[in-house]
Amino acid sequence: MSAVVSGATRPQAGPPRDYRFPFFERVTLDNGLHVIVAPVHKLPIVSAALVVDAGASSESPGTEGVAQLAARALMEGTRRRNGDALGEQFERWGAAVGAGADWDAAVVSMSVLAPRLDDAMALFAEVVLEPVFPERELARLKAERLADLLQLQTEPRGLADEMFSRFVYDAASRYARPEHGSVASVRSVDRAIVERFYGARYRPGGSTLVLTGDIRVADGVALAQRLFGAWSGATPAAAAVNDGPARTTRAVHIVRKEDAPQSEIRIGHVGLPRSHPDYFPALILNGLLGGLFSSRINLNLREVHAYTYGAHSSFEWRRGAGPFVVSTAVKSDVTAAAAHEILIEIGRIRADAVSEDELTLATSYLDGVFPIRYETTESIARALAALATYDLPADYFDSYRANIRRVTAMDVLHAADRYLHPDQLQLVVVGDPSVIMAPLAALDVGPVSVHDAEGKPER
Amino acid sequence: MRVPIVTFRLANGLFVTLSEDHTAPIVAVNLWYHVGSANERAGRTGFAHLFEHMLFQGSAHVGANEHFEIVQRAGGTLNGSTWLDRTNYFETVPSNQLAVALWLEADRMGQLLPAMTQQKLDTQRDVVKNERRWSVDNQPYGTWWERLPALAFPPEHPFHHSLIGSMEDLSEASLEDIAQFFATYYTPDNAVLSIAGDFDLAEAKALVEQYFGGIPKGGGKPALRPMAVPVRFGEWRREVVKDAVMLPRLFLAFRAPLFGSDGHYVATVLAAILGTGKGSRFQRTLVRDREIASEASAFTFDLAKAADILIADVTARPGISAVSLEAEVVREIDRIRTDGVTPEEVERAVALLETALVSALQSAGDRADKLSMFATYFGDPALVNEQTERYQRVTAAQVNELARDLLGEDNRASLIYVPAEPSADSSADAEVGETAGASR
Repeated sequence: MSAVVSGATRPQAGPPRDYRFPFFERVTLDNGLHVIVAPVHKLPIVSAALVVDAGASSESPGTEGVAQLAARALMEGTRRRNGDALGEQFERWGAAVGAGADWDAAVVSMSVLAPRLDDAMALFAEVVLEPVFPERELARLKAERLADLLQLQTEPRGLADEMFSRFVYDAASRYARPEHGSVASVRSVDRAIVERFYGARYRPGGSTLVLTGDIRVADGVALAQRLFGAWSGATPAAAAVNDGPARTTRAVHIVRKEDAPQSEIRIGHVGLPRSHPDYFPALILNGLLGGLFSSRINLNLREVHAYTYGAHSSFEWRRGAGPFVVSTAVKSDVTAAAAHEILIEIGRIRADAVSEDELTLATSYLDGVFPIRYETTESIARALAALATYDLPADYFDSYRANIRRVTAMDVLHAADRYLHPDQLQLVVVGDPSVIMAPLAALDVGPVSVHDAEGKPER
Repeated sequence: MRVPIVTFRLANGLFVTLSEDHTAPIVAVNLWYHVGSANERAGRTGFAHLFEHMLFQGSAHVGANEHFEIVQRAGGTLNGSTWLDRTNYFETVPSNQLAVALWLEADRMGQLLPAMTQQKLDTQRDVVKNERRWSVDNQPYGTWWERLPALAFPPEHPFHHSLIGSMEDLSEASLEDIAQFFATYYTPDNAVLSIAGDFDLAEAKALVEQYFGGIPKGGGKPALRPMAVPVRFGEWRREVVKDAVMLPRLFLAFRAPLFGSDGHYVATVLAAILGTGKGSRFQRTLVRDREIASEASAFTFDLAKAADILIADVTARPGISAVSLEAEVVREIDRIRTDGVTPEEVERAVALLETALVSALQSAGDRADKLSMFATYFGDPALVNEQTERYQRVTAAQVNELARDLLGEDNRASLIYVPAEPSADSSADAEVGETAGASR
């Protein structure tokens, strides 16, 4: 092989060019609807997102799943046309439309080429303002959700996520139940419940319409006024979610999957709310622990031990305290060994401050990757929707990179000490008990229980 | 909407495409090597993909796992992927880091082997085996993407065998295989380098010349085993798989025109009419009207060699047997063949494809990847600018002709998953599913 002399030394980066998150303007219509317009004239495309405080957290007990059903059913018929006609009309304009609810908001979103924006937005407003929730379509949407829940019983990744929530949160917490509803709750949601939910929560006061892409501010605001100006009312503030834990001592929960070649592992506990003042230190902490490819947990489990294709950790950010979780899938016979390594890494990052060099792995990544996150109108719209949902300050994006760079190794150590709780970790494993039970018990980290694929305890 | 494109070729054969866009200070670097699982020799299934993992294990001047760390420290995103006939490597970085990204790619193209060790190979072999367990063996329906090509291409064909590979073959892979594969396929004349985003043209050209110019040209690669297959299957193939799944799922495949051909654009529009969006045939009839399916889509594999395949992918609603599922999907296919599609359906499909295309081109990484793709397959990255027009030229008459030609009983392959342990909802499926083959 011939030496490539000019290649022996890694080049230095030049000075970075300035970047600002796209300029956006926020105005509030007389009816209380916030309108955010972010012009980005790169390609002839516009993305829209209507954000309503109508997520799963705002559901009343027994109606879990109504938020997602209501959002999806918007597209199933209006006073003027049925679901088939709606879908067909949007799509003949090339509009990609979606509606769904997460924990904190319902979002109706659309991307369309700029020349068809006015037509497509008028229909977008029609589905938001004039839905009729046809009985038959609701029944079908419910059946589709029940089919998803049935499929979950043989889908170990989704099953592990679901069981983790159940074993981590207080049984009375909304967070302990599936985001889009359980079999029992979905069955009990009828048309009257959907209409009531829609009538109470789909209101302009407190909602936000985001428009981004090839559009001017004045045109966006005028469009919003024309289409949504007559909408009235205000969404009542959602009550705070009970985000308490199921238990405060460590335990191991096995969910049976016979003959599984791998174990899906979830290890964690109740984390932090999105509004937490230590959001940025927690972000860096997570990046170093398991958020990045070069994080401690991934390098340990994948590159040192080859137990897995990948391992990562995350704080899931919600209005209430979402979970902190380490997720991986490992060959069945190393399940306990992998869990042990994860516990070691959580202990290690709480014991000693990270070096300056390690710290910058996460800070320089999050600082540098910032502009790459907002290349598309869809991603800009999502970011602005989050700004609205979590009531972030107007300068949130402009100060983001400085906030990242400000985090110190001591901040990370304090965050690890305060927000990671080794003695409260719940270890949830979807796998084959005949292979993994004895080694997990031998770890001696807490009582071990076995459950079926619906989460019912065995014995 | 046109993407600006500049191309040139280095003396060692490396083909380079450049596309400037100064909207944001970011730049994408993308390399396609014209090698994939089709190039594997017998007994080495999965090797092209295992090799892709090894390219992240360092090179002469880059330590183990340093590739990932350098790019992430630079504020970049990165990955690689392996397909039947190509392997790509890509990163998007802040534009002031372009030289670093190019240097990293050049170091592993020029001098990978000094960094290869038995221990790294053993580790990545186990990582890949876990990737197989995760994505194939422990996932419901996870085997479909190795069973379907196996059903669609004859046993000796380069597209027949598993891309992720068998556990046995992965165990056999050696450092010698690495050296040989690298020397044969990872050469500048078997690669395309694309750069898209915020860069200075003269500076980028100089950097490419500086870092890649000294890498020697390859000695040529062996021809693939014969690729040609008949236009149609010539029969209705069927495979029924009992699996740990709750609901039956059908993959109904048809041989289709090669990616990039005129017929391919017609086939893509046909697939979108069948299975993209709420206004698609499958959504309207199978999901909404008759409530046979819980999910339904259709798409093309986009193969640029041998023959492409068009696939209908439909999952049953609880209570619907595999036999009914297949009969209902086939009814829709036959209805298209006899009654044809309307111009409005074509218009809807083309409009959706157009929006998806523009949406994707917003991202520097997607732009660079498309440039590499068109350059690798057709030697012409500027084809990226003709996509919209080519979809717009498709007519209902062309769609109908293609449907009559290629969706018939002499060109079908059914891959049907049925629950291994019948649940109360679908107790008849496993038994009846087995006999479905005989009844056709």
